[in-house]
Amino acid sequence: MFDAERIRRDFPILSTASHGKRFVYLDSAATSQKPKSVIDAIVDYYNTYNANINRGVYEISERATDAFIASKEKLAKFIGAHGIEETIYVRNATEALNLVALSWGERNIKSGDHILITEMEHHSNIVPWQMLAKRKGAVLDYVKLTHGMAYLDMEDLEAKLEKSPKLVSVTHVSNVLGTVNDVKRITKLAHECGATVLIDGAQSVPHMRVDVAAIGCDFMALSGHKMLAPTGIGALYGRRELLEAMEPVLGGGDMIRSVSMHGATWNDLPWKFEAGTSNIEGAIGLGAALDYLDGIGMDSVREHEQELTRYAMDRFSEINAVSVFGPPASDIENRSGVMAFAIKGVHPHDVATIFDREGIAIRAGHHCAMPLVTQLVTEKALSRMSFYIYNTKEDVDRVVDAVGVVKRIMRIKD
Amino acid sequence: MSENIYADELIDEYEHPHNKGSLSDADVHVHNDNPLCGDELTIYVKVGGGALKDVKFEGSGCVISMGTAGKLTESVKGKSLAEIEALGVPDIVTLIGIDPGPARLKCATLSLRTLKEAVFLYQHKAVDEATKRL
Repeated sequence: MFDAERIRRDFPILSTASHGKRFVYLDSAATSQKPKSVIDAIVDYYNTYNANINRGVYEISERATDAFIASKEKLAKFIGAHGIEETIYVRNATEALNLVALSWGERNIKSGDHILITEMEHHSNIVPWQMLAKRKGAVLDYVKLTHGMAYLDMEDLEAKLEKSPKLVSVTHVSNVLGTVNDVKRITKLAHECGATVLIDGAQSVPHMRVDVAAIGCDFMALSGHKMLAPTGIGALYGRRELLEAMEPVLGGGDMIRSVSMHGATWNDLPWKFEAGTSNIEGAIGLGAALDYLDGIGMDSVREHEQELTRYAMDRFSEINAVSVFGPPASDIENRSGVMAFAIKGVHPHDVATIFDREGIAIRAGHHCAMPLVTQLVTEKALSRMSFYIYNTKEDVDRVVDAVGVVKRIMRIKD
Repeated sequence: MSENIYADELIDEYEHPHNKGSLSDADVHVHNDNPLCGDELTIYVKVGGGALKDVKFEGSGCVISMGTAGKLTESVKGKSLAEIEALGVPDIVTLIGIDPGPARLKCATLSLRTLKEAVFLYQHKAVDEATKRL
């Protein structure tokens, strides 16, 4: 039985007060809060076995190495990868996407080639391809949106696949619209056209069961800090054959097998891409985060967030001044717990400031998706709340009350 | 942060701003935006006898940026260019009667930065460091 109140108690920050009120955190799409078990795992590492990995022969170094590798094994299992060779640790999803651009892209994209992304991408899945396209003289195409700007236009996708793009890079879940894209179908269609497929899993892996083998994608990027782990740890999943054929981007310690005065040979996967001392505390924190999520079960996580989203959309539908972007409540199956919304006549920053004074943390701005947000609203900014395992219906009720405060202050009549 | 960040006075200014519009006979105009929050502002300046004869603004944004723009443009009419050059954050805080706090300071200073840039532009002077930091 999913018990959000019990889960709340595992997160020390959620028992703090904000502006004298019970703190309501609704910005997990930006970064999640951390349970005590994750914080304790990091503290325990520093208190009892802090050492560098993959080299020391003494006890705590072996223990640190074991914990680091255990973290990778957990992640590989969590996303359905074959093993730790396929999970490259990086700082975050942004770095994972850039790693593909700088390594795979550098070798495989040539002048005149097409790269296909979509209009609902985060800047991290736009800018690396703009940079690569500029370096190589390649063409960057965007799949359009349809049905009230809530879904990818699959007809447009198929039309653009006819140009035989070398790479298709698509977000699994939009960080603004909350749309869950059918990445399995997109991957199948893209593969039929000979494209390599990269999925941005930053907003999906923390919130639902994601299986890279079932999707069939070639690469997937994810961030640890959005799934209960600390900042500075993320991963690139890549199919082994692809990773083996790729050149490392950073040179240094750990990534080599041997070095002479004239050259070097590369280490095995995944170490080939992990030059220098790794983020050991981050990996250990991520391992503890995966344990925590496994303890709940990702199907339960998804179910809880869908219930909250349905409830929030229901309550918002009672307020004329509020409009919600993305798929409608009737299509909750294809919607995540990310909700961008607007209050008529009120700038999102004013919404966020007034919410803050009511003890509620939400995001306002362009959400690092300017090509999308500028099409959705003339203000070029939106308010966004996003749910996670520790949110409750009471949080949604607090939001509805805060909307009332906004309307009163800003003199909005329904 | 002050308790009255959304005091009636600033909301009044936001709803019925002073000096909203363009100046067809402006000597200079300067446009600025804050891409992070989407605020946009253009200030039009008419100078005569070393002082601001008229000033208007166009733009869109939050209560703090737009409310401050209305109050600022109203308060600087007739002031000498040297007086405008000397304005800083404390003057804005005094003008709007609230401390917007670090997260919203850029909203409050958008109009001052734009106005000062217009005054420097009119005099063919480089924008000073204090203005760039606003």
